[in-house]
Formats: sequence, structure tokens, C-alpha cells
Amino acid sequence: MGRDLKPAERLKIPRHPMPAQDPVVRRSNFNEVALGYTPEMAMEEAERCLQCKKPQCVEGCPVGIDIPAFIEAVADGEFLKALEIIKQKNTLPAICGRVCPQEDQCEQVCVVAKKHQPVAIGRLERFVADIELAGGEVSMPEPARPSGFKVAIVGSGPAGLACAAELARMGHQVTIFEALHKPGGVLVYGIPEFRLPKDIVQYEIDNLKKMGVEVRCNFVVGKTASVKELMEEWGYDAVFIGTGAGLPYFMGIPGENFIGVYSANEFLTRVNLMKAFAFPEYDTPVALGNRVAVVGSGNVAMDCLRTALRLGSEHVVCLYRRTRAESPARLEELEHAEEEGVDFRWLTSPVEILGNDDGVVTGVRVIKMELGEPDSSGRRRPIPIEGSEYEIEVDTVVMAIGQGPNPLVTQTTEGLELNRWGNIVVDETTMMTSIPGVFAGGDIVTGAATVILAMGAGKTAAVGIDGYLRQTAGQPRATAAATA
Amino acid sequence: MARLISKETIAPAFTRYVVHVPEVARKHRAGQFVMVLLHDHGERIPLTIADSDAEEGTITLIVQEVGKTTMEMALLEPGAEIEVAGPLGTPTHVENWGTCVCVGGGAGIAPLLPIARAMKEAGNHVISILGGRTEELVILRPEMEAASHEMIYTTDDGSFGKKGFVTTALAELIEERGRPDVVIAIGPAIMMKAVSDMTRPLEIPTIVSLNSIMIDGTGMCGGCRITIGAETKFVCVDGPEFDGHAVDFDLLMKRQRMFVRQEEEARRRFEELHRCRAMESAEVK
Ligand SMILES: Cc1cc2nc3c(=O)[nH]c(=O)nc-3n(C[C@H](O)[C@H](O)[C@H](O)COP(=O)(O)OP(=O)(O)OC[C@H]3O[C@@H](n4cnc5c(N)ncnc54)[C@H](O)[C@@H]3O)c2cc1C
Ligand code: SF4
Ligand code: FES
Repeated sequence: MGRDLKPAERLKIPRHPMPAQDPVVRRSNFNEVALGYTPEMAMEEAERCLQCKKPQCVEGCPVGIDIPAFIEAVADGEFLKALEIIKQKNTLPAICGRVCPQEDQCEQVCVVAKKHQPVAIGRLERFVADIELAGGEVSMPEPARPSGFKVAIVGSGPAGLACAAELARMGHQVTIFEALHKPGGVLVYGIPEFRLPKDIVQYEIDNLKKMGVEVRCNFVVGKTASVKELMEEWGYDAVFIGTGAGLPYFMGIPGENFIGVYSANEFLTRVNLMKAFAFPEYDTPVALGNRVAVVGSGNVAMDCLRTALRLGSEHVVCLYRRTRAESPARLEELEHAEEEGVDFRWLTSPVEILGNDDGVVTGVRVIKMELGEPDSSGRRRPIPIEGSEYEIEVDTVVMAIGQGPNPLVTQTTEGLELNRWGNIVVDETTMMTSIPGVFAGGDIVTGAATVILAMGAGKTAAVGIDGYLRQTAGQPRATAAATA
Repeated sequence: MARLISKETIAPAFTRYVVHVPEVARKHRAGQFVMVLLHDHGERIPLTIADSDAEEGTITLIVQEVGKTTMEMALLEPGAEIEVAGPLGTPTHVENWGTCVCVGGGAGIAPLLPIARAMKEAGNHVISILGGRTEELVILRPEMEAASHEMIYTTDDGSFGKKGFVTTALAELIEERGRPDVVIAIGPAIMMKAVSDMTRPLEIPTIVSLNSIMIDGTGMCGGCRITIGAETKFVCVDGPEFDGHAVDFDLLMKRQRMFVRQEEEARRRFEELHRCRAMESAEVK
């Protein structure tokens, strides 16, 4: 049992800061920035939890983890028990503990946060999950009896991985089809090593394989085989589409196709997936100047800014048309970027990218903005200030202004209902699309969102798929074909 | 994983590979390509599918050794496993236009082959104009002859066919025989630009196939983007074939040179390393 403390005593314990690499050191390496709690820190932090009867934090968690229960186990030093509690709801805790925006979720509504700093739920989740990574044995749930049904998962991001894990546990035979040569989706090609070490993603994928999930990389659904073919020719009884929001947006301003302008996806893919930071040991290059401008201020932009610093760029500028308060990035990432020396230019928007005769970027012309009336999103609309244009000298520009749904699958799947942005429309309880037996979840449904929402959607879809298979689909296709 | 079945040198620095990858072979149509990755440390490169055999489950790739990755590929032995994803890109729009002139330069002859074949099968009268620096570099002649009704060859040095460029031969052909119904031009950007500039005033529909730098090949990075008319297009999904009259070739050429310095460095390192290895093994012998 943890110490028997009164609530007032618990509230006196200050929130434990996350041990982190020194900013001066870390801005030139790709090692993880946050180092994680020690067992002592974790147990003491866990004592800050008031064990609410009606815990708000659970409401705030997109997948409803029994937060007070796992925190109590941590306070008691029963770390593996804590992990089992988390794993009942969260398939990928080592990942979510690192990248979830807890400040907008569980920690935002934690009662302690009313007067003090919230319980560090995310850091505790990460601490617990890391015990498993460090070799702590966790009892894996026994998979159910094989059902005979085959399910195809398209895309290996958090949505696909979570859906696969659940379905495998339910006894279905699962194959993940991934377009790239490595599974993991944004977790491997987008989010950098210094925030999410790739070993962790690999560990989760190895676990899935141990559960019997087959992973087929280099398989571009819509090209190598269509969704319809997967069902009719490849014998899959159901399909889950988790292809994410992988289509990069550009601004449509002059000069955007100059040499030295990257989409965030291209820049991060080169560095993270293809390991261009280690060129020429790895064959993929990335050409980066000394002065880099990143447009946008979300998590993707923070990752680009901090990656540019680590690749050795001296002056890294963030251009965002609203203010720091409206920045969609996680506060922790924003603070890390500030500590590492990013030059933030708030209320600043590019109007043109400048280049020389060889088509190489030489600078960016920007205009200053002011905030006007709130727009449909409730945020105050940025309005350009006439005559405030000026030029910033840069040799690289990275566009991190958002991503849309990649149409490769949706365009080749006849009868699939889409909304006007090209996202797939689903029944929110089962996640089934307009085509019976075809389900979808994650960014391809919601538009670019978060890891935990994608994971939650994958889990919900697994339940929907299981119900569909057992109630509606009748006999597995493979058996039906064999007996016919 | 795909498996290399055979390889054969067909001209100096040109290798033909047959690769076992049944899903790709089954779906391949003219004009499509695959993304190839040789190993864990490698880079993803686009290669056109020159031919496919759905029954055998194989595709044919014809590759010119121009950089580190293609040179390394030439060292693979049959049986080697590589990563291959595809077939990617929008297939060629094949129809019976009437007379179809296929213009191929250098390594561009390889992607031209399946298109010429498809155009012939669709009922077109196919006239092929193939060119290269010198005789040996005018590749795939028997295959292209089988896919065409008439052939015209050019070499820069006059060692084979007419001396001069494919554009000169095309101009002469148009002068003698009148306006063809469609021109398909594949080769170095500068050649495709010259062909498009020539056919534009004559209003001859002209299709070109662009070879921009790619990473994923699925529309995810935008690294392959190019300006077509007033629009930005992604070569890997919207192409690789486009209306030659609308392509901004100057931009394409600039973008192709984006990583020259790094490519040069990688190639030099590879060649040095390789030379050392070759010397070591010679010493051992
Ligand atoms: C740089 C960056 C940083 C981020 N940081 C955070 C963060 O800190 N916290 C957070 O919660 N969220 C963050 N996000 C958002 C989060 O990563 C996404 O919301 C989440 O990954 C979505 O998961 P998904 O499974 O829907 O799709 P994805 O992770 O996008 O995975 C989709 C997969 O499908 C594959 N695919 C696509 N088309 C096909 C096809 N035709 N055939 C086969 N496979 C296909 C793709 O290659 C990809 O592997 C970040 C996103 C980016 C880009
Ligand atoms: S709301 Fe805060 S204090 Fe209450 S149970 Fe959740 S973490 Fe503990
Ligand atoms: S190669 Fe990435 S979008 Fe075309």
C-alpha cells in the first residue's frame, strides 16, 4: 500500500517535472528529449492523485483508461498491475504516454488542476509502459479460439495497429497491408526519434506479429489490389481502412515549387523514415540550408523546426499567422522548441517564396497579421496589415500547414461515401462505411487528429467488425469457397 | 519481398532485371512504375516497368547505372531479395489515335516500350524514332521493332542511323509525311522539351513521361511535384504522363538537380569503396 496521506498532504506534493536532456546538448542530437521518471518520482507523483470517486480524468481520456486505479497501483509500487489496467483500454501506452496531448485531455480536467498543477498522468503512463519495454513480463491476454474469419487492415498507423491487435485477440486472422516498406504510419515516418524512439514502435509491431498478425509492406491498396479485390479475390471477410491523412497541403503562393521548399511530410519522411540525418551512411539525402523557415505552428511544425535545428541549421524561424495562444501544438512541444532556440514570428504569414535564376530559394516575403473577429472555428481570424510586408532571408522553407486524406483508396473504392473534404463517412458506433463489411477509422475519417483518437477508433472498429462477422457475414469466405 | 530472377547487361551501363513480384505483375499496365528499395540503408527509387508476365509473376526493369543506387543494383545476384511496391502511377491512356509517333531517347526507351506495344495493339500505326549518343546506347531495338510498324534511328555521333537528334528526325518526318495524330516522347527532360516545343505550334497532341525525384510514390510527400499549366501536380499519382505542351520543363530540370551535390558524393563514395573492394579481392586471388 502507498502511504496513507490526507488530501491536503497530497496536494502539498509538487508536480514532478520531467527529467529532460539539456536544451543546449539536445539541440544537436536525435536522442529522446524526455528521459522519464525514476520509480521514486513516479510513486511520489502517484501520491498526488486524490482517488476521486467520480474521476474527471477518465471522462477526459478518449479511450476511458481507469486512471485512478492505475495510479493507485503505481503508488503501491505495483507497476505491472498498473500496466495491465492501462492495457485494458490502451493498446499502445508507451507511445501514447509520449505523444498524447494530456493537457487537453485527462490532465486538463483533473480536479487537482483547479488549484494546483494536475497529476502528471501522461508521465505516469509512460513510466509504467517503459517497465514492459525494459523487459518486465506482462501477461498477454489469451487469444480467443480461431474464428475462421479473415480481416484486412489497410494502413499500419495507430488506427490500423490497434484494430489489428483487438481483432487478433478476438480470434480473427488479420493481415495488415502497408504502402511503405516499414509499418507504423506517422509514428515512423512523421514523429521524430527525439520524441518517440522508433524501437518502441517496432516493439509494438513485433508484439502484434507474436499474436499472429501478418504484416505485408510495399502493398499499396488501390494499386496493388483494390478493397473490392481484397474481399472478392483475396478472401477477406471484412476490411478496415486506416490510411490516415497523408496528403500534404501547400499554400498556393508564388515560388512554392522552388528548390528548397519541402512539405513537412517530405522533410520528415526523408529524415525519420529514410534516416537522411545519417547521410551518407543512409542513401537518402536532405538538403538543408543554414536558415530555415517553417510555416505553421502545430505539432508537425514543431517537429520540423526541432529537426532542422538538430540537422545543424543555425537560424530556424517559425511563421504562424495567429499568436502563441492559438498555436495548435502541444504546450510541451512549443516550450521545448522555444528552449532550443527557435525564432517564433507570431502573427506573420508568408505571401511569396523568393528564389534566384536557378530556382533555388533565397528568402520568403511575409506580411504581418492582426486578429479580427472570431471565425467559424471560434478562433479570431487573422487579417493582414497593409503595408507591413518584409523579407526574411532563408534557404529552406518547410510547409507544415496541414494534411488531407490521400485519395488512393477512396477513389478506387466504388460506393464509398465521403464527406466534402474527402474523408470517409462512417457509422460512429460500428465504424462501418457505406459498404457492408468495409470499416474505417483514424485520420482518414476525422481529418488530421491525434494518435489516441486514431487508436480508439481502431478499437471501436474492431468491435464493430467482430459484431458484423459473427452476426451478418455468415460463413467465412475461405470456408464457403472450400465447401462450395 | 520481391526476388531477383535474372539480370543481363544489354548495353554499357544498362541492365535488364527480371523480378518476381506476382501482385505487381498481375496488375501492371503500360505507363506504370514501381518504387524499389535495395536494403535497409537504401533510398527508394522509381523504376518504370518495361514489361510484365502475369503468369510467371514477373516484371522486367531496364535500368541505367547513373547513381549510387543503380550502380549498387547492378551488383545484385539472382536470388537477391529487394523491396518493390507497385504498380504505381496512372496507366497510359491508350486509344486508337491513328498514327502514333513514339520518340525515345537514351534510358527513355525503356518506359516507351510498353506504351508503343499498347498503342500498336490498340490499332495505331506506330512509327518509332529512337536516339542515343552512340550505337550501343540505342537500347531495346529488337523489342521496339516488334512493337512498331516503322523505325527511325538517330545517333549523336552518326555511328548508327541518321546523325543528329531525334527532334531533327521528327521534324523531317512531319515535313515528309504530314502531321501525326499523337506524339509520345520519353527521354531526358531537355529532349521532351524540344519535342513539345516543336509540336505545340502544329497542335499535335504530345504525351511525355516525367522522371522527377520521388520518395514514397503514393502522393504522400509532394517531393515529385511539378507545374503543369497553372497547377501543381504530383508526378507519382497524377502522372507520370502529362500533356507535354503544359509542362514547365525548366522547373522540372531544376528540381531534378535538387540533390546533385549529395548524389555526386554518394556516387563517389560508392565507387571508391567498390574500387577498394575489387582491389582487395584481386589481391586475395
Ligand atoms: C509530424 C507529426 C507529428 C504528430 N504529433 C502528434 C502528437 O504529438 N500527438 C498526437 O496525438 N498526434 C500527433 N500527430 C497526429 C497523429 O500522428 C495522427 O493523428 C495519427 O497517426 C493518425 O493515425 P492513423 O492510423 O489514422 O493514420 P497514419 O498514422 O497516418 O497511418 C496511415 C498508414 O496508412 C498507410 N497507407 C496510406 N495509404 C495506403 C494505401 N493505399 N495502402 C496501404 N497503406 C496505405 C500509410 O503509409 C500509413 O502508414 C502527428 C502527426 C504528424 C504528421
Ligand atoms: S481527476 Fe486527478 S485526482 Fe482525480 S482521480 Fe483523476 S488523476 Fe486522480
Ligand atoms: S513521390 Fe511523394 S508524393 Fe510523389
